[in-house]
Amino acid sequence: MRLVVPLQGVVQGRGGLIFGSLIPCALFYFLQLYLKRHRSPNSQSNPPSPSASTQNLAEMSRTSSRSNLLSRGSIGPVRISSLATSICKPNESPYYIGLDKASEDPYDRIGNPDGVIQLGLSENRLCFDLIEKWMLENLNDSIRGREGGDLSISGIASYQPLDGTMELKMAMAGFLSRIMGGAVSFEPSQIVLTAGATPAIETLCFCLADHGNAFLVPTPYYPGFDRDMRWRTGVELIPVHCRSTDNFVLSISALDQAFNQTRKHGTKIRGILLSNPANPVGNLLSREMLCDLLDFAREKNIHIISDEIFAGSIYGNEEFVSIADVVDSEDFDKSRVHIVYGLSKDLSLPGFRVGMIYSFNENVLAAARKLTRFSSISAPTQRLLVSMLSDTRFIEEYMVTNKKRIRNMRDLFVAGLEGLGIRCADSSAGLYCWADMSKLIPSYGEKGELELWDKLLNVAKINMTPGSACHCIEPGWFRCCFTTLDKEDIPVVMERIRKVADTRTSRS
Amino acid sequence: MTQTRYYRTRSPELEKEKTGGGRGGGTAMRVIVPLQGVVQGRGGLVLGSIIPCALFYFLQFYLKRNRDDPDDQNGSSTPPQNPTTRSPSTDQLTEFPTLTRSLSRALLSPRNPSGPVSISARVSWIVKGPDSPYYIGLRRVKEDPYDELDNPNGVIQLGVAENKLSLDLVKDWLTENASEAILGNGKELSISGIATYQPFDGLMEFKVAVAGFMSQVMEKAVSFNPSQIVLTAGATPAIEILSFCLADAGNAFLVPTPYYPGFDRDVKWRTGVEIIHVPCRSADNFNLSIAALDRSFNRAMKRGLKVRGIILSNPSNPVGNLLSRETLYSLLDFSREKNIHIISNEIFAGSTHGNEEFVSMAEIIEPEDIDRKRIHIIYGLSKDLSLPGFRVGVIYSFNEDVLAAAKKLTRFSAISAPTQRLLISMLSDTRFVQTFITTNRERLQRMYVQLRAGFEKMGIKTIKSCGGFYCWADMSGLISSYSEKGEVELWDRLLNIAKVNVTPGSCCHCIEPGWFRFCFATLTEKDIPVVMERIQKVLKPVN
Repeated sequence: MRLVVPLQGVVQGRGGLIFGSLIPCALFYFLQLYLKRHRSPNSQSNPPSPSASTQNLAEMSRTSSRSNLLSRGSIGPVRISSLATSICKPNESPYYIGLDKASEDPYDRIGNPDGVIQLGLSENRLCFDLIEKWMLENLNDSIRGREGGDLSISGIASYQPLDGTMELKMAMAGFLSRIMGGAVSFEPSQIVLTAGATPAIETLCFCLADHGNAFLVPTPYYPGFDRDMRWRTGVELIPVHCRSTDNFVLSISALDQAFNQTRKHGTKIRGILLSNPANPVGNLLSREMLCDLLDFAREKNIHIISDEIFAGSIYGNEEFVSIADVVDSEDFDKSRVHIVYGLSKDLSLPGFRVGMIYSFNENVLAAARKLTRFSSISAPTQRLLVSMLSDTRFIEEYMVTNKKRIRNMRDLFVAGLEGLGIRCADSSAGLYCWADMSKLIPSYGEKGELELWDKLLNVAKINMTPGSACHCIEPGWFRCCFTTLDKEDIPVVMERIRKVADTRTSRS
Repeated sequence: MTQTRYYRTRSPELEKEKTGGGRGGGTAMRVIVPLQGVVQGRGGLVLGSIIPCALFYFLQFYLKRNRDDPDDQNGSSTPPQNPTTRSPSTDQLTEFPTLTRSLSRALLSPRNPSGPVSISARVSWIVKGPDSPYYIGLRRVKEDPYDELDNPNGVIQLGVAENKLSLDLVKDWLTENASEAILGNGKELSISGIATYQPFDGLMEFKVAVAGFMSQVMEKAVSFNPSQIVLTAGATPAIEILSFCLADAGNAFLVPTPYYPGFDRDVKWRTGVEIIHVPCRSADNFNLSIAALDRSFNRAMKRGLKVRGIILSNPSNPVGNLLSRETLYSLLDFSREKNIHIISNEIFAGSTHGNEEFVSMAEIIEPEDIDRKRIHIIYGLSKDLSLPGFRVGVIYSFNEDVLAAAKKLTRFSAISAPTQRLLISMLSDTRFVQTFITTNRERLQRMYVQLRAGFEKMGIKTIKSCGGFYCWADMSGLISSYSEKGEVELWDRLLNIAKVNVTPGSCCHCIEPGWFRFCFATLTEKDIPVVMERIQKVLKPVN
């Protein structure tokens, strides 16, 4: 007899008939088993087979309805969501513990010389004097608007477009192409503004992936991604490991391997999340690499999110290439490319909370615009920034000075570390040194790394970010943000590290 | 498409299998089939095999249908081959590899660069979903706004919940104080106080100022503890964050109708939480009854939904009535009995304009009450200080876990530091705040009385409002059919013929058709006769 069984289309060949019948039957069996297992805690007398009589059924529905109510004598505490339960506990990641510790007892050369020196927070304080000067001169006019000295109140008090005013989008587009050396021009209508780059990343994640989908992320990566991408969206991050032997440069084969492995587990991959310039390493993706990545994305039909928040903080000789530049100049499918940017790093204004999504995909833009109702920038800030970003003379001067100062600080800091025998990865951008302190760790593993981190924080009183917080696969690497320091602080930092290094060598 | 047909033509054979194959398996050997535990008796073996098989068949069918588009594209070269697959013969075996390949290809959906990359399912319906009249109306006004002199034929905005009555006061204050407020006292400028990272959940100084403002608005009946405050970029994210903190996807909140149209987006969109309507009726002046709440709770439970809380608006939006002290106590009892949360949205607390007393949820909860953990209050400066552009929202909760979680979630929705500095000075200027609140209340009252009188002259009944910017008017006598359709028709005529944008009750999920929300706080007194005249125009053809 010619039997047609359900899975015949999938299970081929001679065994097809048998497997095609057995597999669904087995699956159903397991489903029942699973359901049964999950039902048992509620009612001790679980009616597995109908022979266990009808009164059991009535009994079961009653108990389950009671557990839904959870009430009547309820002194039981009211439940909160599983998301809130999981995040309301104190921080466990060393990244956040260190940040908290440093903010409780901050170092000050005169006021608190024994405090914790902050090298964990990615902030740039090198050019505050320039911003301060600009504010003093222009703040009044910029808030008041351009109505001849008369404050145009409805432009800031009333509802503005939640995805940002057109004026600020235009100013941002201009600013972006300026910091990229005029190589790319950005279309203001493709910009969606958010209250910081953090919600920009989360919004994109909501738009591109469903609960249970995944993104590939080259490691080491910015520790905040774990919160931004995963918390509320239910999306997973799959690490793609980069190694020190390649100077932490991403390889397509590693990407491919991670892709295939994840697919085997049945998880759908919706995209790659890149940081270019990389955080924490500070290296850049080359034009060829970007082309390869775009090819890879096309082959797998996935998205690319490129986080280019450090695009204006380049101090090396390497050329920064935006992915927007690559898709513009060559024939790539633009609709899968999305860029994240913000003013927190390049303009050192994290307190202003200004982030943006730049996308070539109409649907993503439409969805993101609607989601900005949950994360929009307040109007006075927008107005202030419109004047600041439109002041091209100021921006030009700021960019040049900022790069120069970052470079000076970096050189000093790297030289200091080298004096202690600590090597740093080659970098061209960003606010960090990615330092190899594996010689100082008591044991070659994550445990040893955390012990060193703990000693640095509590004995030497320096807060650095351990590589494990960035999901680095090799132990012993640390991220040091040097742009919150003054030049005079560098010898203090080195002295404190030396103390820890000495105890290590003297003991061994 | 051709492959779908292939399955369709096969279905008769499946029928055959149901009668022949299944029974054969049952008698020839002792087969234990999966559903035997469920389908009992003699037919158990047969049905137990057929049902899972049939289900799997439909599952495959379903998957195939949903996969049609990519198959059409990369299958363009294969159609000639497909007819042969229809006849299940030996060359099936050679045919199937193509099928398997196309399957694996569909999983990858690659190689053809023309295949568009998909966006997530959860936002694709946000993009595609048709806009409700609420948003269509707002857009129309934006395109063609009324202006007494420049555009007298434009659309008059009565749909957006904004208060422009007292903006002159805010403007005067800002003109005098703005730059000093942002940069400190002018001499010693503190750039690091605004440029650097600040706590995402708001500066402590700002929380203190907001707590002070809130109790000033509530006439000092309550004092708010700054450490129980979490600040967000607007009340909208405040509601969403609470929704994330209190409910899991698939859980539900009870919300009395009519309610603010934005709740559907704020509570549901990204959280996957559902809203269960608790209908209030005109016969009770749209007051909430515990009996209705209980009915909705039980109905939700029957549907298998877990109810995690009630979302109240007090003063209510759109109706404008207040919850009495007794109602608040019985709500508290109800929430205790069901062990659920209460979110009380009190964003209009400072915009009350009647003689009735406003009672905050925070006022009735005793300091030592164990039930305080279930109380969460939403507030914001968009309505009472008429600064929606500043995006400042407040979560005030008595539950430490909720506060801790909400604080962490504010990373996605923090207020920018210059705005916080500006508002710290503004709210600390108690003399200004007191003048503002008093003047604003007077002006709201005056506008409301005028608008209501205008409606009464036309024979349109309104519900007495004590708070908020709205007049909730019964125009059910004017709709062509007593249904949502009739209501939307009238809304359309109001928008396109009379050129006034109002919010139809159906947007607020009002159970009775024919009610409309008129926001009067964006008007000037001169506009009221114009509005009345325009509405009159629409009335005539019906009468």
